[in-house]
Amino acid sequence: MTTGDTRQGPGGGGVGGSWIDEALREHDHAEAAEAARPGVGGPGVAGPRVAGPGGAEPADPRGRPVLPMAERERQVLDRIDRARRRRPRVREERITMSHGAGGKATRTLVEAVFLDAFRNPQLEPLEDAAELSMAGVRTALTTDSYVVSPLFFPGGDIGDLAVNGTVNDLAVAGATPMYLSAGFILEEGFPVADLLRVTESMRDAAAAAGVRVVTGDTKVVQRGKADGCYINTAGVGLIARDGQLGVARSRPGDAIIVSGPIGDHGVTIMLARGELDIEADIVSDTAPLNGLTARLLDAVPETRAMRDATRGGVATILNEIATAAEAGVLVREDDIPVRTEVRGACELLGIDPMYVACEGRLVAVVPGDSADRAVAALRADPLGADAAVIGHVTDGPPGIVQLKTSFGGTRIVDLLVGDPLPRIC
Amino acid sequence: MRFVDEFRDADQARALAAKIAALCEPGRQYKLMEVCGGHTHTIYKHGLEDYLPESVTLVHGPGCPVCVIPMGRVDDAMHLASRDDVIMTSFGDMMRVPGSSGSFFDAKASGTDIRMVYSPLDSLKIARQNPDRQVVFMAIGFETTAPSTAMTMLRASAEGLRNFSVFCNHVTIIPAIKAILDSPDLRLDGFIGPGHVSTVIGCRPYEFIARDYRKPVVVAGFEPLDILQSIYMLMLQLSSGRCEIENQYSRVVPWDGNTVALRAIGETMELRPYFEWRGLGFISHSALRVREKYAAMDAELLFSVPGVRVADPKACQCGEVLKGVLKPWECKVFGTACTPETPIGTCMVSPEGACAAYYNYGRVERHRVPEAVVAGSAAVVEP
Repeated sequence: MTTGDTRQGPGGGGVGGSWIDEALREHDHAEAAEAARPGVGGPGVAGPRVAGPGGAEPADPRGRPVLPMAERERQVLDRIDRARRRRPRVREERITMSHGAGGKATRTLVEAVFLDAFRNPQLEPLEDAAELSMAGVRTALTTDSYVVSPLFFPGGDIGDLAVNGTVNDLAVAGATPMYLSAGFILEEGFPVADLLRVTESMRDAAAAAGVRVVTGDTKVVQRGKADGCYINTAGVGLIARDGQLGVARSRPGDAIIVSGPIGDHGVTIMLARGELDIEADIVSDTAPLNGLTARLLDAVPETRAMRDATRGGVATILNEIATAAEAGVLVREDDIPVRTEVRGACELLGIDPMYVACEGRLVAVVPGDSADRAVAALRADPLGADAAVIGHVTDGPPGIVQLKTSFGGTRIVDLLVGDPLPRIC
Repeated sequence: MRFVDEFRDADQARALAAKIAALCEPGRQYKLMEVCGGHTHTIYKHGLEDYLPESVTLVHGPGCPVCVIPMGRVDDAMHLASRDDVIMTSFGDMMRVPGSSGSFFDAKASGTDIRMVYSPLDSLKIARQNPDRQVVFMAIGFETTAPSTAMTMLRASAEGLRNFSVFCNHVTIIPAIKAILDSPDLRLDGFIGPGHVSTVIGCRPYEFIARDYRKPVVVAGFEPLDILQSIYMLMLQLSSGRCEIENQYSRVVPWDGNTVALRAIGETMELRPYFEWRGLGFISHSALRVREKYAAMDAELLFSVPGVRVADPKACQCGEVLKGVLKPWECKVFGTACTPETPIGTCMVSPEGACAAYYNYGRVERHRVPEAVVAGSAAVVEP
């Protein structure tokens, strides 16, 4: 098979090669810039550093001072921190599935492509819904597309998902959801009976959430150009309260609350696809959250922010809190509610429930001394019966989410890279 | 949750931490290698290092299946996948591994038919549904995954399925451990032995490590308490001057391994004379290929692959990381040019890769539990 002949690796002109070269060039450039900064030496960069025993600086063969292990590690961490703050760029030449998975690639795409193109004060906070003021009336506007497969799953279908998801994006913006639009992209050959099932659940979900579907659109594409049925919904709501919500308002000492067990929807869908040959009694948690958010805002008007934990799961929201507030976040694994069935499925698949999507779970940030009141308010609603404080905003390293594990150790909870892939062994 | 929570009990962990700390001789440094990437993942995911004294260092070993795949083999696989008459199937882990012109994910986005499977048996389903195309399974992994590839081949053969084949990249763990033991760069005190590999090969193959190299080995399970207990067992051996092969994971690992699985591997595969490992170079008798009897299922024979060796990017230090010579963060490009979203080396791809595990979980100042502090110890400066 292999010969002694060695091709010089990346750089050979392919897509992958060119970005590796580019990444390395950027790295060299950043390192040189860093070395030039007074007092901020990267590892192995000469500068006033800790003297070794006896006052003489220990030196590596090139005469550069060798730092204690812990300090060198600290410097590398700082360097990574600076690299992470650089403006995101989409390196890929084509869209991959990672761009839609809700993790780092999605964030990069949104910031580098969409935010760049459309930048304006309403869009910039990148909240679940935009806040608009029209003729002095505060409203919220949001939109979301639904491409779930399978279309029907335990606990719901694409129809109630399409209504609840958009209702929830408005609700967590502090708005009362009012009107929805619905756009359908249907594949040639899609059974009308299925479409009726979907529209019936949309009707029921809209009734339950107290909203109306007031406008819509229909497109049909050729067989093979879509997966049965895609739905887009947009929604508007009224913001009747004073004050602002937003994860950037979070402060050290604030409590972080989830409204119930996490990961139900994502695991239900994974199992419903039937690829895993695992069966479990789990149903999607899809539900409208506007009742719950109204209760919370009534009881705790000083609430800093709310988010619904969809794609990317609770972990993604925690990272958004830490990044936007430029603060640390510390959560305790023991306090995060996860159903045993969901934990079991995640353990089997090597997936972390913190990254698994929910469709009816709220994450709220409230001032620390309002936490008990907030939890009590949420628990008064059946949808929030298992609400719990899972952690706090801290004055720890800004932008970093730390988890105290059940085992008693500490680790980072970062944004996900791409889809959660099952580990092979 | 039963059978999980028992193995993550913080009180027991603190008790073990105190026992480990008590066994540390003043001034002595202990370097223990966890061979298996699954262990590396557990260590970071649960923050296990918080329970270890400063003088006990865990060195991450080469047992990460996708990490050791050299770039040339990824290119070969990509070459196979790019044929119109081929459907490539692969484990999810492999999808992001960069070849010299991108990963499976990139190729998939450009229209190449690559499908992610959870088990090699899923490839047979795809083969049955697509009788006019050849379904090639990208077989990777140590003795842990080789039996499932073998069983899939046997099933395909029994069914008379003619359009299924395997691009075989299975590797074996013992030659890699030997390469590390023979490497002059590294002084290790003992090994945390791979648990899943040992369920297949048993504990006997490690005996030479104690006999010829005088190093203790404790085969360990994958829960954090398993690993902590194994470290304690290694420290007990070291403090009493013993070097033996011990089995902490006896609830799963039989001393003689799984003979059914070994027989299935032996029936379908044989050792290659040599194979290239990323970072470790060519190691003789370290990998498996499809036996001649099953040549009709050997993708390397059915289609020609370029088989060209591709050097890693110069700045990539995966080799040093895989051998345990460098800690992930000591690599020149770690976390800046090489990150989980834009991995240059394989160690940054798989969740079992040391770099990805450290980047995703460990990139934080450690909070050592009080039990793990050795009395009278001061900050240790690396020589």
